Amino acid sequence: MTSPRLHLAGITKSYPGVVANRDVSLTVMPGETHAVLGENGAGKSTLMKIIYGAVKPDAGTVVFNGRPVLIRNPQEARALGISMVFQHFSLFDTITVAENVWLGLSKRLSLAEVTHSIAAKASEYGLDIDPSRPVHTLSVGEMQRVEIIRALLTNPQLLILDEPTSVLTPQAVEKLFVVLKKLASEGCSILYISHKLHEIRELCNACTVLRAGQVTGVCNPAQETNASLSKMMIGAEPPLLTRRAPKVGVPVLQVQDLTLAREDQFGVDLDGITLEVRAGEVVGIAGVSGNGQKELLYALSGEDVRSSPGSIRIGEVDASRLHPGGRRKLGLHFVPEERLGRGAVPTLGLAHNLLLTRHEAISSPRFAGGWIKVRQLEAHAAHIIQRFNVKAGGPRAAARSLSGGNLQKFIVGREIDAQPTLFIVSQPTWGVDVGAAAQIRGEILALRDAGCAVLVVSEELDELFELSDRLHVIARGRLSPAVPIGDASVAKIGAWMSGLWHEEVQEHLASLAPTDLVGGQHA
Amino acid sequence: MLKLEARPQPSKLWSLASPVLALLVTVLIGVVLFVALDKDPVSGLQMFFWEPIRSAYALGELTVKATPLLLIALGLAVCFRSNVWNIGAEGQYVLGAIAASGVALLADKTTGSWIVVPIILAGILGGMFWAGITAWLRDRFNANEILVSLMLVYVAVQVLSYMVSGPWKDPQGYNFPQTKTFDLVTRIPRLFDGSRVSIGVFLALIGVIGTWIFLFRTRAGFAQQVGGLAPAAARYAGFSSRRALWVALLVSGGMAGLAGALEVAGPIGQLTSYVPAGYGFAAIIVAFVGRLHPVGMVFSALLMSMFYIGGELAQSRLGLPKSLTGVFQGLLLFTLLACDTLVNYRLKWKK
Amino acid sequence: MESYALLIAATLNAGTVLALASLGLLINEKAGIVNLGAEGMMLCAAIAGFAAVVHTGSDVLGFAAGMGAGALLALIFGGLVIWLNTNQYATGLAVSLFGAGFSAFVGIGYVQEKIPARPSFAVPYLADIPLLGPALFRHHPLVYLTVVLALGLIWFLYRTRAGLVLRSVGESPESAHALGYPVRRIRLLAVVAGGALCGLAGAYLSIVYTPLWVEGMVAGKGWIALALTTFATWRPARVLLGAYLFGGVTMLQFHLQGIGVEVPSQFLTMLPYVSTIVVLALISRNPHWIRINMPTSIGKPFYPGS
Repeated sequence: MTSPRLHLAGITKSYPGVVANRDVSLTVMPGETHAVLGENGAGKSTLMKIIYGAVKPDAGTVVFNGRPVLIRNPQEARALGISMVFQHFSLFDTITVAENVWLGLSKRLSLAEVTHSIAAKASEYGLDIDPSRPVHTLSVGEMQRVEIIRALLTNPQLLILDEPTSVLTPQAVEKLFVVLKKLASEGCSILYISHKLHEIRELCNACTVLRAGQVTGVCNPAQETNASLSKMMIGAEPPLLTRRAPKVGVPVLQVQDLTLAREDQFGVDLDGITLEVRAGEVVGIAGVSGNGQKELLYALSGEDVRSSPGSIRIGEVDASRLHPGGRRKLGLHFVPEERLGRGAVPTLGLAHNLLLTRHEAISSPRFAGGWIKVRQLEAHAAHIIQRFNVKAGGPRAAARSLSGGNLQKFIVGREIDAQPTLFIVSQPTWGVDVGAAAQIRGEILALRDAGCAVLVVSEELDELFELSDRLHVIARGRLSPAVPIGDASVAKIGAWMSGLWHEEVQEHLASLAPTDLVGGQHA
Repeated sequence: MLKLEARPQPSKLWSLASPVLALLVTVLIGVVLFVALDKDPVSGLQMFFWEPIRSAYALGELTVKATPLLLIALGLAVCFRSNVWNIGAEGQYVLGAIAASGVALLADKTTGSWIVVPIILAGILGGMFWAGITAWLRDRFNANEILVSLMLVYVAVQVLSYMVSGPWKDPQGYNFPQTKTFDLVTRIPRLFDGSRVSIGVFLALIGVIGTWIFLFRTRAGFAQQVGGLAPAAARYAGFSSRRALWVALLVSGGMAGLAGALEVAGPIGQLTSYVPAGYGFAAIIVAFVGRLHPVGMVFSALLMSMFYIGGELAQSRLGLPKSLTGVFQGLLLFTLLACDTLVNYRLKWKK
Repeated sequence: MESYALLIAATLNAGTVLALASLGLLINEKAGIVNLGAEGMMLCAAIAGFAAVVHTGSDVLGFAAGMGAGALLALIFGGLVIWLNTNQYATGLAVSLFGAGFSAFVGIGYVQEKIPARPSFAVPYLADIPLLGPALFRHHPLVYLTVVLALGLIWFLYRTRAGLVLRSVGESPESAHALGYPVRRIRLLAVVAGGALCGLAGAYLSIVYTPLWVEGMVAGKGWIALALTTFATWRPARVLLGAYLFGGVTMLQFHLQGIGVEVPSQFLTMLPYVSTIVVLALISRNPHWIRINMPTSIGKPFYPGS
């Protein structure tokens, strides 16, 4: 019986206020593709950081290839043969691919040798990349390929990938899986961290499920269903939020042929975006990040005022050139993707953060923008904290002292409390724990039932399927036509994410064998 | 070994204690310096911390020195809180002095005391104009305001030199680079007889209240600061960063110009090439040591003037060079920046 | 004709001070650190170098003293900014203000001092070429060393791995840290090296350029050197050219006065400062230009723990 490549036993790690990992065990065999499944906040990242040497466990043992080891830093991990591809890349934009990889490898090699190795490795694994290109010219998918090649060049025995597909189209995901399967066949073990059930079932032959810092299941994902995996992951059947049929009213947001050149050189041009959101419905926009969502949201919120007149209407009013304040007066409230730094000022208290978008505590606005009634402001903040169940040290607590989920609850609460007629939110539950995520999604649906027009932009297809009445896909700055949620399937949406929503392509796809319809709730 | 650990929330205690600690460290270094210079440290400390406050007259002198420092610092606090780095307050001070002198020179024996008002206004406008150049260059050309405002200081000094050596030179002045002494009627009114304290003190105190209200109780002041704390959040909220830039520079320019006007139409009474006394730079230190807070800056302005007066006394009575003042001021800023770490970090002993 | 040769010579001389300081600041900024203390470092170095020459008669010791003074101030600056993460702008200002006061304080005894007459230098054979000789080949060795330094810096930054590491640290200290590089140590090295160069510039000023000590004698050259790195878009060759250009502008005022141009002297004295403003405005106008060339992490604090 071969000994495991990696064996973790009894791993425990606590931070002030939260136990990130509690008595976690993990066994990875050589050549195995092992998934680590869990929702955001389940403890996956902490566990990986322990394996990679960035964090020291409070208790527990790590055994690598039969020998107990103490991994004190990433260099020691690399020396053992453990390599990691991060979710957020460690790449330098202004230098070339080869120079980037060189920096991640030993000093003894020359740049020319490294360039040669890159080309060799790339062709061996079918990873198409030109070593002489500056990194800032690469697409996100290509950047990931650079990270992977850098990891491969260290000849790893254990490769850890942290949420690698959040930035990839379905086609790119397929290509990645080919690479990983080849790697595994050569004896390298793979730790694949994800919360995407269908990917894990397709790629992995072993799986450890984490929930709230503990292991809740070890299985072979190929033999499980989405429902059973979901149950291990979140402790219950995926919550079917009761959704009433939408009572749709008049159009509140009308975007007509919005075309906008990018603001900075690394951005995406918007091309002829047309969409409509009516009162009482939720419209979703799916898409891998980097396809124009950021630019579209800047244009809708008013942070970018360059839209041509007539392209954005809120109600009866042409809002294309209005600043955020003006759009709020029309009833638009927006929750951005970035919380600290954009949705809230980190060093200011929650009460003062209200002032970013709410004016109720301001009197006599003519004089210097208005007088701030601090007591009223704090009372208002306390009310929001209570109603939205935000765990915070009071209205004066600094925004940065809140956990991600709680801060998001506050920001979402701040905007919903304003009783908007048009509510736009980007990545509503990214990085938020399960309970808070469910609460936020519930609030969004409640808003919609009350007659508000809601636009949700998200990378999580599951979330969009749960919330939306109609769904668009954004790809390379273009927006697909809307599809009613009943007619949507993951396969179709996945194909559209590559920009393939033209009819002929759809017909062609439909004629192929339908292999990737996901079991469970979305058929 | 000692490690720094981030605090979840900035420590209110250390916000107040840090400047005090910094002062203590500076004093300590000062004692070492005195001993190294072969002077009695006790009398040295006496010159700096006791003499300037021991009599009503001394307090008056302290106030006279502190007033321009406080005025300029109030404007700088607004600027720095908006993340606009106006380092050229000295130049704006000089232009305020020049503008005020221009009006003062128009007075003669028949002018009424109302002339004081336009003198002060001219000073404010002169400072605003000079700061406005920096604002325009940053607004229109994205030019770094630190470097531009600094370069303008050198230019301002040359403009001053030109005016007092050329068009405005006192024909009866034995060819010294200075204007004639202004008519008595232009003098900023004094508060008490026998002291040089002027109504400038009132203006400074009004400035303190006004700045406090602006920064902490008005939405415009809030918008100004968000621009400095989190520019993306300011954009999200719809706060105009252009407006913040202009407000910051015009306010600080105006305050610096006002200080210049008060000096030149007050204690000095004429425009000379010695007008630039470094207040514009000292005010930067006043602003930081005062935590960019109007009330805090009252104390730090008084502290800084103690350094100035102490330096003068140490020179006349102990034979120490006057540049000691500059050394202490710089040291204070250094130690303050170091001690400020404790506001956001805790010192922990870790293995 | 003769006077033009002398003008060029004076330009190179004046430009050397700016170039040395600016190259030092460039190294700082490539690592992501903005050091506003250049003026203070140069002042302290000027008095340190001058005093050393007064006491020992050795120019070399003078330069060493200057470099040491600059490096020491840079070390304090670096410690505060890199380890305690104090605000880079404020701390740099503190260095300048402190340096101004400290140099004035220490320099009191040296105001009337003189140092031995400067030897004249001449490159054999080349110095005798008419016109070019006096213009280019009769300079202090440091002038030529500065050119060599600039070239060496280009080679270091763009052709060595160490230079690549430095640039990467300046671009993204977080990524460099994730790759295992000692970011803080690298930044400190850059800051100290930059400080030493600023110190050398200051010493050159008080030992060779105008061999005397006067309070505040750097007269803003430290700030101009800072501006230089920006409008040279952080490239050593352009820094050199810009420095000579500015040296030229400074010399122009004397030249114009010499040929009897009827402009009040103050306006001529203003020239270098006004030109700095004008060039800054022109260069900064194009944000894309700056964005591509500017080390991305300039001015931002780095927290290895996060």
